[in-house]
Amino acid sequence: MTDTPAPTGAAITLSGCGKTFPDGTCALEPLDLQITPGETIVLLGPSGCGKTTTLRIIAGLESPDAGGKVLFDGQDVTQLPIEKRNVGMVFQSYALFPNMSVIENVAYGLRVRGVAKKERLARAAEVLEMMRIDQLAERRIDQLSGGQRQRVALARALAVRPRVILLDEPLTALDAALRDHLRAEIDGLLRRLAITAIYVTHDQAEALALGDRIVVMRHGAIAQIGSPRDIYFRPADDFVASFVGVTNRLEGAVRGGRFETAAGSIAVAGPDRATASLAFRPETAVLCGAGDSGLRFRVEQVHFQGARQRVQLGAADGGRLVVEAAADAVLVVGDDVGLVLDPARFVLV
Amino acid sequence: MQRSPLVFALQLLVTLLAAAFLVVPAAQSILAGLTVNYFQGLRSGLTLDWVAQVWGLYAPTILRSILLALATLGVTLLIGVPAGWALARKPGRLSRLVEEVVTLPVAIPGLALALGLILAYGGIREFRASVAFILVGHVLYTLPFMLRSVMAVLAAIDVRTLEEGAASLGASPWQRFIQVVVPNARPGILAGSLMVVTLSIGEFNLTWMLHTPLTQTLPVGLADSYASMRLEIASAYTLVFFLMIVPLLIAIQIMGGEKRAKKRK
Repeated sequence: MTDTPAPTGAAITLSGCGKTFPDGTCALEPLDLQITPGETIVLLGPSGCGKTTTLRIIAGLESPDAGGKVLFDGQDVTQLPIEKRNVGMVFQSYALFPNMSVIENVAYGLRVRGVAKKERLARAAEVLEMMRIDQLAERRIDQLSGGQRQRVALARALAVRPRVILLDEPLTALDAALRDHLRAEIDGLLRRLAITAIYVTHDQAEALALGDRIVVMRHGAIAQIGSPRDIYFRPADDFVASFVGVTNRLEGAVRGGRFETAAGSIAVAGPDRATASLAFRPETAVLCGAGDSGLRFRVEQVHFQGARQRVQLGAADGGRLVVEAAADAVLVVGDDVGLVLDPARFVLV
Repeated sequence: MQRSPLVFALQLLVTLLAAAFLVVPAAQSILAGLTVNYFQGLRSGLTLDWVAQVWGLYAPTILRSILLALATLGVTLLIGVPAGWALARKPGRLSRLVEEVVTLPVAIPGLALALGLILAYGGIREFRASVAFILVGHVLYTLPFMLRSVMAVLAAIDVRTLEEGAASLGASPWQRFIQVVVPNARPGILAGSLMVVTLSIGEFNLTWMLHTPLTQTLPVGLADSYASMRLEIASAYTLVFFLMIVPLLIAIQIMGGEKRAKKRK
């Protein structure tokens, strides 16, 4: 497969796709989403947020409520079942066929397309080689480890050269170290194949690492769409900010171009507001001497983590923050410190 | 744990007595079929004459029973496997209800079931006089065993996800059923099949009501021979019955063992 031209991804458009289940629960409010060809888009959110339902609507495993439309390259596929959509799908539980060997699993998509046995096995072997699991070809599924199953599931989905690949929490069932390793592998693969990929996860680290764009979802609706950097540094609301990474928040008010809080005040842009909160990431703040900035906190805890130190600070009103400091910074619990915030890297909401 | 020899001896004795209580009648019955004259006992000598006579008298009955069991198997496979699949795919209140209704014939006395069939269809003479009439009864009675066996294995392998996997690769519903569902449901289908065949061969309640003198089955023939023949012939009949049913039971055991061994791995 390495010497054949990479499959070109499809553009996907969802318009007004909602989903109400027969028992009346609304899993998804009508949503619109444009996915450009070759893009990797991550649907991120807590369980029950509608991300899997969205994926299943794109796949054709669920049909949207009346009025919803799914377009692949401008062509309406809403009424097509999954087997006619030419998508590849990787399931959380992998859904490998226990009655077939690894290579038979990978060749199955070609088998149902009527490709002759010799050719389909040769093509399946190529895909296994690309995934570097060709030595597993003759194994039975129950003889594979979790990570191997995951690779076979991916190989099987890619063997039919789909226009779109859909991944439903593909790494959730694996342990942490393997997850990081496979995440990097999947990322490389998706970029090399230039295939349109839709990736569902509840893990923000996976989302930030893999996505060209991230769709953060909550209660069956889109909370924010943006690049990983947008989502991380300019979250649209409290929910996005707190779901994606550790976020610090200072409560206070804006008066005369300054944000005033219990710990002091700093200059901000924007009109006066009676109540405001300032949110920032731990690694964007810099510790300094107690008198060197407008904000003053007390050191409550210090955790040495090798490359960095993680420091918990307390404000006069009982608010707590977590920031990072260099490994060699001398910090004593109970001392007062100042905090410098980069105006480009905090948000006022 | 220290075990007192006395307790062990008592346990052994109770076990042996219980086993003997069950085995002695069987052994006696077999012996009765092999002795020249049961009332004179073993002194009269052993013979295979009675077995030969049973074969001579009842060979068509035995053959009919086997064919009937295979036909029952065929019908329960054709109905039970797709039905089990359909019910396993859409678990819900309606599926439960269907399952209950299909299981009902197991709970209802065979005689009542047979009476119902005779009242409803007994008027159709050709049907009433044919083996097909008994076949219907056997299918009603054995279908729930096939259905449950298939549904249990489909639930265990999460067949919905497997099917979604196959569908995502482009497989039509028919291809999914033949290439993914059936092969993975095989242990359940095999276990259900053996169950159906043994139940059909041994079924008496229903068959006794549904049969005609020309459509006797093995157990009905057994009752007939007990009622109208020498005790030796009836006993030899039991022996023939044993020889047919025991291999089936052993096959069930072996397959159950295989499933357990696989799980351990």
